[in-house]
Amino acid sequence: MSRRPDKQGFSQAQSGWPFAAPALLLIGVFFLLPVIGALLLSFTDFDLYALADISNLRLVGLRNYQTLLITPMFWKALGNTTVFVILGVPLSLIASLGTALLVNSRLTRFKGFFRTALFAPVVTTLVAVALIWRYMLHTRYGLINYLLTHLGLPAIDWLGDPHWSMPAIVLLAVWKNFGYNMIILLAALQNIPEDLYEAARLEGAGAWHCLRRVTLPLLVPTLTLVSILTVSGYFQLFAEPYVMTQGGPLQSTVSVLYFMFEQGFKWWNLGFASAVAFVLFALILVLTMLQMRLARRLGEV
Amino acid sequence: MWRIGITPWTGGLVRSATLAAAVLLGACGPSAPKVEVIHFWAMGVEAEVLARLLPEFERTHPLVKVEIQQLAWTAAHEKLLTAVAGDATPDLCQLGNSWIPELVALKALEPLADQLAHSRAIQTDDYFPGVWQTNTVDGVLYAVPWYVDTRLLFYRRDLLKAAGFDTPAQTWSGWLAQLKAIKKMVGPQRYAVLVPLNEFEPLQILALEQSEPMLRDDGRYGNFRSDSFRRALAFYRELFAQSLAPTMTNTQIANVWNEMGKGFFSFYISGPWNIGEFKRRLPPELQNSWMTAPMPGPDGPGVSNAGGSSLVIFRRSKHQQSAWELLEFLSTPAIQQRFYELTGDLPPRRSSWQSGAIATDPYTQAFRVQLERLRTFPQVPEWEQIMQEMRIMAERVVHGQQDVDTAVTAFDAQVDAMLAKRRWMLARQQSKLAASR
Repeated sequence: MSRRPDKQGFSQAQSGWPFAAPALLLIGVFFLLPVIGALLLSFTDFDLYALADISNLRLVGLRNYQTLLITPMFWKALGNTTVFVILGVPLSLIASLGTALLVNSRLTRFKGFFRTALFAPVVTTLVAVALIWRYMLHTRYGLINYLLTHLGLPAIDWLGDPHWSMPAIVLLAVWKNFGYNMIILLAALQNIPEDLYEAARLEGAGAWHCLRRVTLPLLVPTLTLVSILTVSGYFQLFAEPYVMTQGGPLQSTVSVLYFMFEQGFKWWNLGFASAVAFVLFALILVLTMLQMRLARRLGEV
Repeated sequence: MWRIGITPWTGGLVRSATLAAAVLLGACGPSAPKVEVIHFWAMGVEAEVLARLLPEFERTHPLVKVEIQQLAWTAAHEKLLTAVAGDATPDLCQLGNSWIPELVALKALEPLADQLAHSRAIQTDDYFPGVWQTNTVDGVLYAVPWYVDTRLLFYRRDLLKAAGFDTPAQTWSGWLAQLKAIKKMVGPQRYAVLVPLNEFEPLQILALEQSEPMLRDDGRYGNFRSDSFRRALAFYRELFAQSLAPTMTNTQIANVWNEMGKGFFSFYISGPWNIGEFKRRLPPELQNSWMTAPMPGPDGPGVSNAGGSSLVIFRRSKHQQSAWELLEFLSTPAIQQRFYELTGDLPPRRSSWQSGAIATDPYTQAFRVQLERLRTFPQVPEWEQIMQEMRIMAERVVHGQQDVDTAVTAFDAQVDAMLAKRRWMLARQQSKLAASR
């Protein structure tokens, strides 16, 4: 049986379009078109010379991608970024979850104060904060090394030693970002009904069991969301090394995005930089899909 | 009400009518004074100081108004390229002279030979030749030097003296001996020289001091496998391998002036801006114990790099004549001397050095000597990128991740790849020329 559109004009599906049109138009103009443009750009050798005279532009097919795959600096950047994600994401999630549980605890006083204080790093300006962190991480006069040497540990050349520069960046990034996830997790925690805990306690469950059997299972959807956001966010590491180390020492803090920025806006190799952007996009897409699948399987169990 | 005659309201109307008529008539008449606005982009301190020099120019040019826009050095390069891409270039602009080839490749700059030929204010042979040369690309003049940044030795006289030497050596071997003597004296916790690993300039200078150029074949290929560059890199590596220089970047040393004051290092390869900094930041009792000296060379007095800023006029500018007059004004010796007093920037022409504070300041004299011995880096748009990559390569060598041989071979290939597009462009230009004949 077919449903006839009534005399006045539109079916329900059709009538939706005019309402969605303005938003779709904006997305098309400001998102879709640039993305397509960038994709096309990645198949050309657009550079300084092409900017001068468009006839200097050559279509190079997949050559940018081929070159990228044999550029040692790209692999180095990818390696650095992976280290950052592997160290940073779990630390960040643990910090967010830990502080969310503490702030949510019934024993905590001055909840509002702590919530604000722990969220504060998220809203501070990175450039200003980086300045302070540079002082704290200073080899000879820094607060962190002062504490380390007082504990009898050797001082660390945080931003000068290529082995420690990335951990230093991780430290800054985790401190700067954990508050955001904390707020999301806090909201999820407050949505867990109190009677579940009461029931668990009546059954004789202690604090640890309450956390393992009640809180965490109910947090899984939120944790999935938060971890997906964090992984894709952390893969786009840029500002921290940009203001702290400019990629150094020994290129140990060059991230994929930093590499792309240098190629594109410093040296104006926009074709090549676009290829970097799409490789990074594909990488994040695949990882996110894997995470979703993993989360779904966890949810089934 | 009619007896009052002209009410305030009608009075206003009459006044504005006459005003409108006057404006209309004035616009038709030939005497309409139209003020010309010159957009002038400058960077950092120079932009701040300009405001104090320009009233004099505006007094002699009542119909010209100069609008200065201040750019941050760190953002200037991107801003300029975007301005060219977006057709929003200024009339006159301060430009780091290593960026000139890039903007010439973009066809953004106006050639200045015609204006120079008629100019009485600017005489080519009054300028230090090394820096003048950086303003020409393929024999065409695109810019006029505004101030020179060259680097040489800043050193602690007292520490050098304590190590047994009166003045810095003029040869590499002599200098190395001095550095070793200082290192022996100050022990493992201190160093003889600071060569910041985040700056490419020190190694660039060592390479410029050699006989062979860093690019060959009209900038088509790298020449970093040459014996010349190997020698420069080996000397650079030696400074770190023997612990004469700390393996540090500038940013790791919170305050270079303090550290030099404390004797953390005795020599520092740096530029004229640090004269003012050392005067300001070192305590009075140390003011007599530092000095500047020209670069030592492989076998005698050395050359140094011809850095600095130039003034350029953009091709799209509609006020080329006025922009040129402003450029001439800023190039006159009297103004350059005042500019030096305000900024510490060194003037690029000899006559500006003959009187005033600059002629008597003891710390600038080494620069005056060095300015006669400048060498120009290759004028290709890719140069800055090549230098950044060279710095990365040198950092690897210093950290012992690569030996000199492997490093220069790999780097030369990398430079050849960076110049691939340039080779294609040059080949295409040549075949076009051949076809048109």
